[in-house]
Amino acid sequence: MKQQWIEIGHLNDIPKLGSRVVETDSGNIAIFRTSNDQVFALKDRCPHKGGQLSQGIVSGILVACPLHNWKIDLKTGEATAPDKGCTRRYEIKCENGQLWLAL
Amino acid sequence: MKEKLVCIGNGMAGIRTIEELLKIAPDKYDITIFGEEPHVNYNRILLSPVLAGEKKFEEIVLNSEEWYAKNNITLYKGHKVTEVHRLKQTVTTDSGIVTPYDRVLFATGSNAFIIPVSGHHLSGVVGFRDIKDVETMLSKTKTGKHAVVIGGGLLGLEAANGLLKQGMDVTVVHVLDTLMEKQLDKTGANFLKKALEERGLKFLMNAQTESILGEEKVVGIRFKDGKEIPADLVVMAVGIRPNIELAKKARIHCEKGIVVNDTMQTFDPKIYAVGECVQHRNALYGLVAPLFEQAKVCANHLAGLGYSRYQGSVVSTKLKVTGIDVFSAGDFLGNLQTEEIIFQDPSAGIYKKLVIKDNQIKGAVLYGDTVDSAWYFEMMRDSTDISAMRDRVLFGQAHLGDAGHGENRISLMSDETEICGCNGITKGHIIKAITEKKLFTLDEVRLHTKASGSCGSCTGLVEQILAAVVGGDYSTSPKQKPICSCTDATHDEIRETIKKVHLISIEQIMTHLHWKTPNGCASCRPALNYYLLSTFPQETKDDYQSRFVNERVHANIQKDGSFSVVPRMFGGITTPNELRAIADVADKYQIPTVKVTGGQRIDLFGIKKKDLLGIWADLNKAGLVSGHAYGKSLRTVKTCVGSEWCRFGTQDSTQMGIELEKMTWGSWTPHKFKMAVSGCPRNCAEATIKDFGVVGVDSGWELHVGGNGGIKVRVTDLLCKVKTQEEVLEFAGAFMQLYREEAHYLERTAPWIERVGLEYVRNALLNDEKQRKELYERFLNSQRFSQKDPWEERVNGLDAHEFKPLADLKGVAQ
Repeated sequence: MKQQWIEIGHLNDIPKLGSRVVETDSGNIAIFRTSNDQVFALKDRCPHKGGQLSQGIVSGILVACPLHNWKIDLKTGEATAPDKGCTRRYEIKCENGQLWLAL
Repeated sequence: MKEKLVCIGNGMAGIRTIEELLKIAPDKYDITIFGEEPHVNYNRILLSPVLAGEKKFEEIVLNSEEWYAKNNITLYKGHKVTEVHRLKQTVTTDSGIVTPYDRVLFATGSNAFIIPVSGHHLSGVVGFRDIKDVETMLSKTKTGKHAVVIGGGLLGLEAANGLLKQGMDVTVVHVLDTLMEKQLDKTGANFLKKALEERGLKFLMNAQTESILGEEKVVGIRFKDGKEIPADLVVMAVGIRPNIELAKKARIHCEKGIVVNDTMQTFDPKIYAVGECVQHRNALYGLVAPLFEQAKVCANHLAGLGYSRYQGSVVSTKLKVTGIDVFSAGDFLGNLQTEEIIFQDPSAGIYKKLVIKDNQIKGAVLYGDTVDSAWYFEMMRDSTDISAMRDRVLFGQAHLGDAGHGENRISLMSDETEICGCNGITKGHIIKAITEKKLFTLDEVRLHTKASGSCGSCTGLVEQILAAVVGGDYSTSPKQKPICSCTDATHDEIRETIKKVHLISIEQIMTHLHWKTPNGCASCRPALNYYLLSTFPQETKDDYQSRFVNERVHANIQKDGSFSVVPRMFGGITTPNELRAIADVADKYQIPTVKVTGGQRIDLFGIKKKDLLGIWADLNKAGLVSGHAYGKSLRTVKTCVGSEWCRFGTQDSTQMGIELEKMTWGSWTPHKFKMAVSGCPRNCAEATIKDFGVVGVDSGWELHVGGNGGIKVRVTDLLCKVKTQEEVLEFAGAFMQLYREEAHYLERTAPWIERVGLEYVRNALLNDEKQRKELYERFLNSQRFSQKDPWEERVNGLDAHEFKPLADLKGVAQ
């Protein structure tokens, strides 16, 4: 299927080191903002037991899952060692503060 | 161009230093390693099991050829360094290789000391230091019958046990009348000797070797008293000597070993040394734990970071003879100033001795039952005050209330036995991780398996498994632990700095204490936020993004991502109106589960995040506020019925509970804080397993502190008895404030009191009225800023973004 860019809001709608979700028909997507205003988008499900990554604590480019503290890399969606697993990531871009998500 | 680092020695200390160095400065050096032995680095601690036939050489290899290649290390196996030329800065070997250097690391280890009696050079006389010695011994077990081990120390007994297992007739010759005199007292040594004799070892005590007999091959030994015994193999295990020949030749300052300072630097600033060849503050170390600590420090300086210091180690020893448990640590003999606590059961083969001074453990000998060795060792290193448990301490940690964890002896457990109940990790998992990933420390095992990483109550078991697999002198964690890997600062150092420098934000702390990560991590940020709030409640702005989701959303996250909500009911008292409001909310929002909690409150489960604000608004209207059931904060004050209705009640416990909860709700604490008030000594509110428990008696109130009903049950200690309600409130506030100001983040009152000692708390609250009043005052002052209902604040619009999605794309795409 063809990818399309959809506007989802403004960078400032997300707190620094925080996350908010975008609801879709196939489940929530978590949008993260780092301390230096990079943004990332991951499926809001930890590869471990499905915890909501959007509820975790963000530091650097990692988010700690609130359920069992798995650390997920925001860039790749992969769990950091020794845990193994990967969550789906989505393309996201920020243009003049507006956030666009590719679906 | 890269600098050149030459490591002389291919053993455990040297390679560990290189490994630590590669972790922090992978590209700083071109590394060359010279090893005299024709092997890669192997685990010397495990030579005994190889000799006993329990392990093969391949199983004790630590770094494969691939590891050296992968890290671009030039390895010369079987090359002996003959000269270090400090002016030309070159290293020369017996094979004629000359290598220039910018830095040299001496890790030359030690040699077995061979007593220079006549015949010591005969074939069949060996030390017990390396794999070659083991191979020589193993070859003799095929042809010879009689083995004599000279030396009844740790190494000698392990060698003797191995040879016995290989079917030889073994006699241990010892010059004193006590075995392992460096580790054991006389009683412990007698227990050990008896057990080893039952296995078939023979002993000749007080025996001085005069000469070793034979022409080419050894045939026997003669003693000074004229006695002779036959021998096809003689193992000299009388001690080791630091291998400092090369360093001396290079005119580096040596005494008993190569002298180094706290940065592991020798008197030549370009030359460092680690391991058994080193003399640090007049001490020599032969166990792996201190060597690894040295390695870490040395790597820090080789990498040019320059802030780490080695300050000596406290060591403990375990004998690696399968089936015999011996542990010893510290000053196990004691002196005129020390006391001893002893337990002795000869028929069960159990002997335990603790050497105590000023209510602190200074040394320990354990024989037969070493389950609690890690616990004693930890208390010894931490100088824990044991006065409150003196009468029980010898019976072990299990007798202090650590109930419900089943079997305690790992040797009897099957591989399927679950060790870590939190993470479902079995003994087999842990052993597999240790052997496959070559783990040495508790922290490494935690990282790779998660075992003991959650509640920590199985730490002792994991340490025992580690000891059984990698050998007894596994590396123990350093005494002062940093709060996480983002920093080297400890909890106490951070608290002190915040106060002293007057820091009021997380960024300020991280800058001031040189944090290694840009925004810390999920472990340190909540701790820093708490320390700031509890130190400067008025000036600090709560850092919302540094709070765990529950404290951010003011509800408890559940496994399916829904939340649960607990309204506060002061003292456990509610009204028909409140109950009606709860019932209405449950109907309106189709709440699937309504449950009464352990702390006498009502919990509503299965709530969608989006519904939280609506539910809170409805509950607020009926006068209900947040119960903080989600926070590191005051949870509930549980009460019994008390004198108002109960025919046994002596005091009005519900009213007291209400007053306590009104005063303390909304306060943030290092960990959750629970209270209870019982109206008479029957104690129906179970006040003696709470952080702060109040028990009414006819003449007033008993105040109890430091109880815990969770993972590790701990009964409270009695703090004091008071007469009036005002006094109860003052003591409660002062106690909470002391805990808030001094405990580490995520430390409950029970372990905190065990760490600082009940006497410390009593002194602060009982003996110093001024201090108590000040603590109470500071508590009340802090409450002025934190007693705001977080639900109401959010219903009125605070953190609105938290409760709604950024965008709703349902039906839009995909």
